[in-house]
Amino acid sequence: MVAPAEIEASSLVLCDVRKSFPAPDNPLSRRQVLDGVSFSLGAGELISLIGPSGCGKSTLLRLVAGLDSADSGDLLIGTEPITVPNAERGLVFQDPNLFPWLTVRRNIQAGLVARGILHEKKNEVDDFMRLVGLEIFANVYPHHLSGGMAQRAALARALINHPKILLLDEPLGALDAFTRMRMQDEVLRLWEARRTTMLLVTHDIDEAIYMSDRIMIMTPRPGRIERTIPVELARPRQRDSGDFLRLRSDILKFLHFAGKS
Amino acid sequence: MEPQEDLVPTAIVEPPSALRWRTMLAVPFAAGLALAVHAFIAKREPSLETHSYRLLFIEVIAVSILLALLRRFSPGLRHWMANMWPIFTLAIVLVCVWDIITLGFRMLPLPYFPGPSAVLRSLINDRVLLLDSTWHSLVLLLSGYTLGVIGGLISGICIGWSSPIRYWGMPLLKVVGPIPATAWIPLAMVLSPSAIISSAALIALAVWFPVTMLTSSGISNTRASYLDVARTLGAGRAYLIFHVAIPAAVPNIFIGLFMGLGASFLTLVVAESVGVKSGLGWYVSWAQGWAEYGKVFAALIIMAAFFSTIMTVLFKIRDRALVWQKGVIKW
Repeated sequence: MVAPAEIEASSLVLCDVRKSFPAPDNPLSRRQVLDGVSFSLGAGELISLIGPSGCGKSTLLRLVAGLDSADSGDLLIGTEPITVPNAERGLVFQDPNLFPWLTVRRNIQAGLVARGILHEKKNEVDDFMRLVGLEIFANVYPHHLSGGMAQRAALARALINHPKILLLDEPLGALDAFTRMRMQDEVLRLWEARRTTMLLVTHDIDEAIYMSDRIMIMTPRPGRIERTIPVELARPRQRDSGDFLRLRSDILKFLHFAGKS
Repeated sequence: MEPQEDLVPTAIVEPPSALRWRTMLAVPFAAGLALAVHAFIAKREPSLETHSYRLLFIEVIAVSILLALLRRFSPGLRHWMANMWPIFTLAIVLVCVWDIITLGFRMLPLPYFPGPSAVLRSLINDRVLLLDSTWHSLVLLLSGYTLGVIGGLISGICIGWSSPIRYWGMPLLKVVGPIPATAWIPLAMVLSPSAIISSAALIALAVWFPVTMLTSSGISNTRASYLDVARTLGAGRAYLIFHVAIPAAVPNIFIGLFMGLGASFLTLVVAESVGVKSGLGWYVSWAQGWAEYGKVFAALIIMAAFFSTIMTVLFKIRDRALVWQKGVIKW
């Protein structure tokens, strides 16, 4: 466990978190989705969470966002327990979920409107649209945007609240391979520019190695973090370097083994 | 990464030039035909009776020739003509057929089925009363409709958003709502001293049910992920309701508004023909009482124009409100 002295103001700490849902086939029994998950995330870190589908990655992210509550265990931001959703913890889904009835600009400033601070921060809206390169699409409705553009708008919408932690739930999963690689660089650029702590859920091993400081591997039934692997490759990383590929085959071997057992 | 092009529906395509001339000539030709047919079959009629009918088609011919000459100056006019002229031609031909069946061969019993010239005469002679009736209908319809929409939106939003209100409100809605508003007429007459007020209330009731139903289903079917995203952006309850759930429900709400409009037309006409002493519904039953079927048909024509204009206005409002859905909706 993490000693209190190490806890920084914007760090995330999870301690023995458990969560179960009613089983779909039998409402009387419950299915344990998260079974004692513990980890901590330092300020400014970018950490990936990988694992097969159904292992509880998204559930974990929803708990951190405050959209669901855990059965037991502690979730802390600094020393504050997480109870309800908060603008300090931004969340970006695989589907950009832009509000289709708002233009790109109004989508990006939605967080400011929701918190009633649009007036003071109006000038920031332009900065964030420029940050994700959408300034000329300000007055366009989302259905005109391509997948990558929509996801950039969703990132800007989450970042405009200056969240302490940005939670990314397979944000690039729906994009084609080329757009995805470009967007990985885009997210890294935003991370390096703003040093926002990021927790990235992905099922793409390459993406996890390319982007993160550490990789946490989850296994299903019961959902648990089985292994944490530090990625000590210098940035910008080469997707075809020897170390990259070695790490990749290690992780694959581990996942393969864990899947069989 | 480029945005998709804003695809404007390209239904209005300029036909090839030979066809275009034929289209242009179709309207004056049809009008000329109608005029000739009428001149032949109405020889025995007094000329005063058929004067305005002739005048109408002479005007149609004159205006259509004028427009055919003017069309080169305005592309908007050109598109409109290319789009509408076939319809107008058919309408004129149908009037001509009506003329032949009624006045020409006397195939339909009189006085129930007067010819188009007689209907036109009634329309012109009784224009003041018809206009006045239309005005009264409009006032009654709009006051009832507005009341019903406001009530329907409020109850629909409450039922859609709050589960306790849904629990208690939904059974009431399901039991009371499907009763046709016109079935309440006997009760409404007893309860309210004024026929106008009770009719407005009945129209409001007729509108309220579909608007409530569709609004509440739209609100409660708001995509959960929109609400989740808004909550992680720091949204409170007011933002979730007014900036997420309601905008997400607007397409549904408009379906309710259209259904309510249809119900309000029905209720208006029935209420006017049984209780209220003004309006188009009253005019129809009054004219029927005097066996003046020319006036009945005249009022039906006005009603068609009146109701379809209101419908068109609502369509325009919807297109405005749902501009963000452009290219998504087709109904």
